[in-house]
Amino acid sequence: MTTLTHRAPKSPPRRRSRAGADGLDPFRATTMTKAMLGLAIFLSIFPIYWMIVIATRTNEDAHSMPPPLLPAGNLGENIQAVFAAENAHFMTGIINSIIIATTVTVGIVIISTLAGFAFASLTFRGRNLLLLSVVLTMMVPLQQMGIVPLYQMMVTLGWTNTLKAVILPFLVNGFGVFLMTQYTRQAVPRELVEAARVDGASTLRIWWNVAVPAVRPGMAVLAIQTFMLIWNEFLWPLIVLTPDNPTVQVALRALNDRYSTNYVLIFAGTTISIIPLLLVFVFFGRQIIGGLMEGAVKE
Amino acid sequence: MSLSVDAGARTRTVPPGPRRHARPPGGRRLLSWLDLRAAPYFFVSPYFILFAIFGIFPLIFTAWVSLHDWQLAGDKTFIGFENYSELLVDDKFWNAVLNTVGIFVIATVPQLLLALLLANALNKKLRGRLVLRLSVLAPLITSVVAVAVVFTQLYGRDYGLVNWVLGGFGVDPIHWQNEKWSSWIAIATMIDWRWTGYNAIIYLAAMQTIPKDLYEAAAIDGASPRRQFWGITVPLLKPTIIFTVIVSTIGGFTLFAEPVMFGAGLMTGGTTGQFQTVAMFIVKEGFRDFQYGYAAAAAWILFLLIMITALINFAIVRGIGRSR
Repeated sequence: MTTLTHRAPKSPPRRRSRAGADGLDPFRATTMTKAMLGLAIFLSIFPIYWMIVIATRTNEDAHSMPPPLLPAGNLGENIQAVFAAENAHFMTGIINSIIIATTVTVGIVIISTLAGFAFASLTFRGRNLLLLSVVLTMMVPLQQMGIVPLYQMMVTLGWTNTLKAVILPFLVNGFGVFLMTQYTRQAVPRELVEAARVDGASTLRIWWNVAVPAVRPGMAVLAIQTFMLIWNEFLWPLIVLTPDNPTVQVALRALNDRYSTNYVLIFAGTTISIIPLLLVFVFFGRQIIGGLMEGAVKE
Repeated sequence: MSLSVDAGARTRTVPPGPRRHARPPGGRRLLSWLDLRAAPYFFVSPYFILFAIFGIFPLIFTAWVSLHDWQLAGDKTFIGFENYSELLVDDKFWNAVLNTVGIFVIATVPQLLLALLLANALNKKLRGRLVLRLSVLAPLITSVVAVAVVFTQLYGRDYGLVNWVLGGFGVDPIHWQNEKWSSWIAIATMIDWRWTGYNAIIYLAAMQTIPKDLYEAAAIDGASPRRQFWGITVPLLKPTIIFTVIVSTIGGFTLFAEPVMFGAGLMTGGTTGQFQTVAMFIVKEGFRDFQYGYAAAAAWILFLLIMITALINFAIVRGIGRSR
């Protein structure tokens, strides 16, 4: 699975095959295929749509049978209620989540770009062994495994209920290093690195002036994926933060516990919680798909 | 090469001359030698320092904690493997393991099959490719907690859409949280809803690396699309399938948020623990009952379970490699 075969779909045989093997074209979408895709898309979108519909309704509507399927005009009211909800601290949660997700994203992108450059473009003793250790730790659920001592560590340091207690452990991301190694390998020719070195540039300079400009698309993909991942983190913030200083996911849980019969309130909360990712998705959709597909082919 | 050039240069120059000039270039050479040798370690050090502190250290410390009767406020006594032997006969722990494995299986098998079919459909000639792919991937933007909240309402006993639809077929309202089978199905659908599209996109990427003429040749030979799918696509996708199985295994064995939210935010997983997973068990023991040692031992057994499953996967990978 290399770049060679990866480029295959972009080559032109499509039109030729249609003309050549008339009626035999194996890539013709049958009605069956279209129906299946339609169903899949309906199932994918419907729960999100329904969530937004309920968020615009009243509790009376939400309890009616059959359930409502079209939006109404109560969204503003419900959102206000979410932010006013006692013990949920929703606003704090959103601010905390934005700080955490942004910091971790920037951190992981820098750490991974640095390490990826070293693994892909520099030679040093122990390189293969270190890279192997990165790949192996991708397979270990570090967070769940070490959660008890990690918590004790934060207690000892007096860091519980601080954002750094959430941020620092999240910076350990073997996937990012692996992704950037792969990307740098493909985007930064070794001759270019050697040429810059002959010209007398230091390694740091080469990184900044040669590697970083070349791997920028890879950094963007990593940033998008990291932001989405961290925004959705639940277990560790739940444990290390107190309920009055939550992330948005922890606040959602509090909302769900406290107001379990107030559907519209909870659904307005979930709707607010997906807005940042919805924006990321709308603006960077092409990069998300591209990044996922390229990453998959290289695994 | 450079050595012999140096030697040549040295023989040609007069002895006292180069001595005086050698100093500054020598210093610079030392710097650049240092740069060449040390810089790579400087570049990888941020990752490995963080990894040592927040990855490896907790892992080793977990092993140490697991050998103690370690309770709140550092009150600890060394008890050897007692936590482990206690866990091995703890019905609640094995119930959590059963739930975790059960939900994993009934979630992953249909999920990967559906993802394969979906990827195959997406691989056809279609208009609006990007929109189609994004729609399939849309569930991924919703957080696990949001998914769980929405699906818990969909599975509500009295006002849930699912019971309403089933009611149309004459099925009595189901209390989804109450039974093992029903809660497993409900949780599995949450996982599948969120991840099927993602896996389909991964498969689609792999499918596009398969040369088109393989299909064209098969089509000319009269192979039906179904035969092409099972005879060409699936075998060539095996490495990718294994990859997704491994990723799903790790995700499945550490399942936490969905069952927690499905059970009103509690760690007990229903009245009799019918959907309590191992991750929930660890959090309950460690952070609700403050049995740190016991929770740490459970974490290590969970790790062993994941490793065993990963080894089985690895064996399958090797098996495929040989049969090719």
